[in-house]
Amino acid sequence: MRRIAAIAAAKVTAALSQRLKMGGGTALPGLIAERIDPNIVPEMARRLGQGSVIVTGTNGKTTTARLLRGIVRAAGLRPVANRAGSNLMRGIAAALAQAAGLDGGFAGAKRRLGLFEVDEATVPEAARALRPRLVLFTNLFRDQLDRYGEVEYVAAVWRDAVRTLGDSATVVLNADDPSIAALARVATGQALFYGVEDTSRASEGLEHAADARWCSSCGSEFVYSEVFYGHLGHWHCGANCGVARRSPLVVATRIEMEPEGTRLMITMPGGDVSARLPLTGLYNAYNVLAAVAAAVALGIEPEAIERGLGAFTAAFGRQERLTVGGRRVQVILAKNPAGLNEVLRTITADGEEKDVALFLNDGIADGRDVSWIWDVDFDLLAGKVRSLTVSGNRAWDMALRLKYAGLDSLVEVEEDTATALRRALRATPEDGNLYVVPTYTAMLQVRELLARWARQPAFWETA
Amino acid sequence: MGATAGVLGDGIVELKLRLAHLYPKLMNIYGDRGNILCLERRCRERGIKFEVTELGLGEKLKSKEHDLVFIGGAQDREQRRVAEDLVEEKGEALKEAAAKGVVILAVCGGYQLMGRYYRGAEGEELPGVGVFGLRTEHPGPDAKRFIGNVVVEWQGGTLVGFENHGGRTHLDDGVKPLGRVVTGYGNNGDDGGEGAVCGNAYGTYLHGSLLPKNPRFADHLIETALRRRYKDMEMAPLDDRVEERAHAAAVRLANRRGIISA
Ligand SMILES: [Zn+2]
Repeated sequence: MRRIAAIAAAKVTAALSQRLKMGGGTALPGLIAERIDPNIVPEMARRLGQGSVIVTGTNGKTTTARLLRGIVRAAGLRPVANRAGSNLMRGIAAALAQAAGLDGGFAGAKRRLGLFEVDEATVPEAARALRPRLVLFTNLFRDQLDRYGEVEYVAAVWRDAVRTLGDSATVVLNADDPSIAALARVATGQALFYGVEDTSRASEGLEHAADARWCSSCGSEFVYSEVFYGHLGHWHCGANCGVARRSPLVVATRIEMEPEGTRLMITMPGGDVSARLPLTGLYNAYNVLAAVAAAVALGIEPEAIERGLGAFTAAFGRQERLTVGGRRVQVILAKNPAGLNEVLRTITADGEEKDVALFLNDGIADGRDVSWIWDVDFDLLAGKVRSLTVSGNRAWDMALRLKYAGLDSLVEVEEDTATALRRALRATPEDGNLYVVPTYTAMLQVRELLARWARQPAFWETA
Repeated sequence: MGATAGVLGDGIVELKLRLAHLYPKLMNIYGDRGNILCLERRCRERGIKFEVTELGLGEKLKSKEHDLVFIGGAQDREQRRVAEDLVEEKGEALKEAAAKGVVILAVCGGYQLMGRYYRGAEGEELPGVGVFGLRTEHPGPDAKRFIGNVVVEWQGGTLVGFENHGGRTHLDDGVKPLGRVVTGYGNNGDDGGEGAVCGNAYGTYLHGSLLPKNPRFADHLIETALRRRYKDMEMAPLDDRVEERAHAAAVRLANRRGIISA
């Protein structure tokens, strides 16, 4: 009885909040469902005929989960998924409640697969509640230290969660990230590795504030023969204690960057997959590879994987293109040094001058501590930007950082989001590309404005 | 005159400062690079040469070869790795340097290790260098972490930054704090003190990065180092309009947060 009340309450709230335009309507109904019946997640998860998958990591969770959702659908399964960064327990509860009937069961339960993007620190709780058949770890970077305290804290939380998964659960791990690869040592079930082997993608070396520099076993410094992005690459312990990158089963053998997307060749047991996706940047190649590896671990055939990738549309806000006032606008979320460095590298790759707008907020979801911008190599933009608009409530912190990168003569500071966005659009030539790079809460604001202006072509020009 | 300060034509002395950056790969968690970039830039703009030597594990510090020493913050695991090396390999030289008036800036984890000892959340004790008469103790894994924006009244003005530490620092009798907390927690959340000063050695919990947004404090460090080496020094002012705006905005945001959380 209590469960029925919880599900009904969640459904009513979801409908209501959507009607009242409160946004996606995911977190609030879940919170209500949880309050009425805290056991709703484990009870309902048990009824998913295909079990559950958890996708976690610092960068790429949303895009990876979105890609995997497409693949799973192409394979004939019906995913139950949380959306748009609602990745705490209440987001999972909301997704389950909304997909279920009033009796708590699912229509077509046999083909139902739970597919949840989960916040790093929520993994143990989510794993206990969902008893997942597969957990995919993408990468571990310093991020939101004001919330997690430290990177090592997240690694420890994950180790504890992996230990409790049980033999029947598979972990899918990024072989190129030493912190992720180390999780194989505590897994009792199977571990499947994925990695990049197209060495033409390598960058010059470790960034100055790279994470995971030291061997977790003997403490010696890792040696890299290739660095792809952040601390991701081909690594081994400098003291040769035996800790080294494992040969991955699912491999990106070729990655070709194009202005509007990426072409990928991925080899795996039982065949190859080639795909062309409307996503740019090496971090997105990793997202695709991660989703494919998870699909392989789920037993999905290469042919279905290819079809699933083909049907992909860019994940919510992570990277999408809109046309506003004749300018093409691309919004790319960046919230930590490794992520932003890679975004800057991608934007500037073709050497042409770009119009860029950076939005830095210090809300809880952004990370209240903005020190991390000092670990970003903004020098990458030198000589490659035509206009550089800076906004957000920490706009002046960003302006100061950019002064140190020698970009002060280009920087236009405007704390108000809408005014800044208008200015950035005006500074962009007609038919040009504007790259908008916000932190999380700024992304929500920017996205809403752009969506509105895209519908009313002249709106952004009015003051 | 030191061998590195040559006399140019018209008796103009070529100015130069040499900084030792301790454990740049291990102690860099909160954008500490900004502090080095700041000192470098503010020297360069005034025609002062600035030389950075990075010293990692096992590398000796030579107190005579440096005018400034910087050590940043780290995560617990890195801090444990550093503690022993700091005391064994660099401890004596650091104490010598401090006694000779070399300018030392220690931030967060580095600040804690410059005290007498650091006792971690599980009770394990890390020895400190003892440049500052202070001790730091973590009350235990369940204790509240001090996280947030900080505003400090310092003798030369306001300092603004961000703190993130579990350890509580208590100064020995007679040791002076760097400043008084206006917003935030500071050394221990209790006595209103933030950081420590001992001669020309400065310790603080503030990052953000600290120096770029606090140009007066950065200049105070540079000026102290210059005067020690070249006697009568006047420093030209710089265009700090962006710095002042960033400073003011950070103070405004810190106070807003302070009011909300109170
Ligand atoms: Zn090793």
